Amino acid sequence: MLLKNYRKRYAMVMDTRRCVGCQACVLACKAENGVPHNGYRDWIVTETKGEFPHLSMEIRSERCMHCTNAPCVTNCPTGASHYSKGGTVQSDRALCTGCKACIAACPYDARYVHPDGFVDKCTFCMHRVERGANPACVEGCPTKALAFGDLNDSASEVARLLRENPPKLLSPEEGTEPNLYFLI
Amino acid sequence: MALSRRKFIKIGSTTAGAVALTSGLTTDWWSLQAHQLPDPRTDGDRIVPTFCELCFWKCGVLAHVREGRVTKIVGNPKHPLSNGRLCPRGAGGVGALYDPDRLKRPMIRVSKRGEDKFEEVSWETALDETAARMEKLRLKYGAEALALFTHGYGGSWFTQLVKAWGTPNVVAPSYAQCRGPREAAFEITYGQGVGSPEAIDIRNARCITLIGSHLGENMHNTQVQEFADAIGSGAQLVVVDPRYSVAASKAKYWLPIKPGTDIALLLAWMNVIVTEKRYDADYLDKYATGLAELELHVAGKTPEWAYPITGLDPGLIRETARFIAGFRPSSLVHPGRHVTWYGDDTQRMRCIAILAALLGSWGRRGGYLLPSSMGLRKYPPFSSGRGMADAADKPTAEHYPMAGEVLASGVCEATVSAAPYGVKGWMVYGTNLIQALPNPKQTEEAIANLDLLVAIDVLPAEIVGWADIVLPESTYLERHDDLWAASYKEPFVAIRQPVVEPMFDSKPGWWIAKELANRLGLAEVFPWKNGEENIRWRLEESGYDVEAALRDGVVKGEVVPVCEEEGAELYFGTESEKIELFSQQLADAGFDPLPEFTPPDEPPLGMFRLLSGRAPMHTFGRTTNNRDLGALMGENEVWINAMAARSLAGFEEAPLKTGDYVRLENQDGVMSGPVKAKVTERIRGDAVYLVHGFGHTAKGLTFAHNRGASDSALTTRFKVDPVMGGTGMNVNFVRIARAEA
Repeated sequence: MLLKNYRKRYAMVMDTRRCVGCQACVLACKAENGVPHNGYRDWIVTETKGEFPHLSMEIRSERCMHCTNAPCVTNCPTGASHYSKGGTVQSDRALCTGCKACIAACPYDARYVHPDGFVDKCTFCMHRVERGANPACVEGCPTKALAFGDLNDSASEVARLLRENPPKLLSPEEGTEPNLYFLI
Repeated sequence: MALSRRKFIKIGSTTAGAVALTSGLTTDWWSLQAHQLPDPRTDGDRIVPTFCELCFWKCGVLAHVREGRVTKIVGNPKHPLSNGRLCPRGAGGVGALYDPDRLKRPMIRVSKRGEDKFEEVSWETALDETAARMEKLRLKYGAEALALFTHGYGGSWFTQLVKAWGTPNVVAPSYAQCRGPREAAFEITYGQGVGSPEAIDIRNARCITLIGSHLGENMHNTQVQEFADAIGSGAQLVVVDPRYSVAASKAKYWLPIKPGTDIALLLAWMNVIVTEKRYDADYLDKYATGLAELELHVAGKTPEWAYPITGLDPGLIRETARFIAGFRPSSLVHPGRHVTWYGDDTQRMRCIAILAALLGSWGRRGGYLLPSSMGLRKYPPFSSGRGMADAADKPTAEHYPMAGEVLASGVCEATVSAAPYGVKGWMVYGTNLIQALPNPKQTEEAIANLDLLVAIDVLPAEIVGWADIVLPESTYLERHDDLWAASYKEPFVAIRQPVVEPMFDSKPGWWIAKELANRLGLAEVFPWKNGEENIRWRLEESGYDVEAALRDGVVKGEVVPVCEEEGAELYFGTESEKIELFSQQLADAGFDPLPEFTPPDEPPLGMFRLLSGRAPMHTFGRTTNNRDLGALMGENEVWINAMAARSLAGFEEAPLKTGDYVRLENQDGVMSGPVKAKVTERIRGDAVYLVHGFGHTAKGLTFAHNRGASDSALTTRFKVDPVMGGTGMNVNFVRIARAEA
């Protein structure tokens, strides 16, 4: 209910059908955000089902889901993890003590401890979005498997994609209401 | 861990400051606190366009430079190969530039060759020594005793140099160890090779058939971009692969074929298409010869005939043949790229070429387009007046008559056998022959016969360890190279220009080649002052806007019709000026004029066929030392079928699991280093799979050293394609042993 106060509602739509799992999104993010070698703000999950030769596979580019009901925010003792512009979830490194309560609370394993001691994760590249650009992973994806935008704007690509395709959410039973949607 | 290294909650001045600094951010009204969300500040204060060299596709990039340091590399939206988007390798150029293991200064060997011991010397000394020893070689054996092995765009300078100096032996493993059979087969059939970058219309294809090609894992950027677009607009996929590749996972049909039997499947597909007359009769009538012979040839080669050979259900073979034909002419049978598999590769690629003709897809939308290129002025060619011997790669005249390029493997063999004449010097530019050529032992034998080995490289790869003289080149981000006028579906000229100054004491290739030319009395070969002058002169003389070209990194040419639908006229450079389904040229040379299936050798009991392929974040061993790309994939894994893993000899007590380290031992007793097992349903039980390029033994590659297993080291055997001399490398077998902990 708090989020109704936000004008925009940022979301990402990830089309597993287009994705080849190349990790261009991972490196684009790392380069853009100066993510250290042993840390990852986004990553690829490849899920195979069945037995040879009757197989199916889903390839997902995952990151912080910027949940509408984010357990990391609820569980952060210092207020470092918070809701921010466009309904995104951000972590303020100046307030973060590196206690890792958020890491324990996150059902998506979206966070890691930065070598400088704070917990880090995807920001939806807010520093880029603020000036009208897409997140680095979206802009760089060679297969255009990622789309970003404002769900409250019915003309946005993300709104259109979700109107046209029933999306899949990860761990919906957690009640987190994630804002990263998968098309399968 | 790391709990208390930070100062706890800097509420005071930090927060107050943040309000002013981050005015665009929301204040949480419930906590009354302004949060910091720092800009990582990786946007460049300068952005320089150039083109990539992490693989050989050569996408246009924009390099961001901030305070003199390259912070990130993104796609150049104006460049037709990147369209503003890069594969991970393209973005990983930063890791290539700042690789701490880079060759830093020229070096001369101080101990026995191969012991990898060098002393650093000045450029003056290194170049004087190189030129003196080249001349000594020429006077003793003739200039043809020097071979240049080259891979990479900067190699053009050295090609010009050594050709002017008088050797015909200029070779690239990208032909006989990679796409050569494809080029030969399409030249035989259509009078024109496929070329690189391939002018195929993946985007507009309605059905895409991949024969062992693992697009998506094999990450040629534009092809994968189009592949995703095709999938997005509903194109259908048929994937033939012993492994459930990424592409297979997106396919309507995955045919897990027995390795080495593709020709049988392709003949059976043709049988169905021909007997059911599902081919494009008008197209064949107009453009092709040999349909009657083909009809006769495939008459008995039914899906039922192919079933026991390929292991594929005849119903599935028939269904897929009809399916593929149903989308013609926009039914693209992809020509692949790395196609040196079994030694009958030209004939397999002929099957693909013939099938494409039956579908009417050459010169048609959604098929094989007609590439064009832009004109570029050249400096007047310089001739030293020296005669040129024949290349040394074909020991006898009747060998490999359809080879379109000089064979790297052939020159290596000639170096061992001294026939047709002794090759006594190698200049090796940017190609790690220990991993690029099959049977590294033979390569080492060849090296033992050399009077001179000069390596020009960026990293201390294995081959560099064998060199007498090492010349450290600058990376592509620190140098000019020659202009690239691509032959592609939209013609363009791309510019490579330095983003930052050369690091260490490395030098651009043009400078090294020019300095050598000066010392060899061949100064006229490079009549310009420097790499920039060359580019500017050529652009200007060709009538292009020089400043715009340097600013954009690319000049686009006029778009011309690329297919019949756009009004292009089809022309075939064959003898008959038609598509030759039946090849008289092959018959005359003593080869099968229509492709025949020959069964591959079976794996010995308890062994698996060793297959190799690509990963999207690596280009062979060239990138495996790159820390940025290593963060995405730091070592390879050996893929083994889950059921086969359960009955593996020697693992009865503790079945093999994913993540266990094993060693692979091949049929000749060669043992790999420890490599992680990936126990998976995604591969047949008779083959194992490795991504190529890992298992480096060069100690100077401090990141890549001993990570994963080298398929090259296990490739002690290869089968030579009699048509064009390609080296089929999927003919090795391995057993799996547990690696000691």
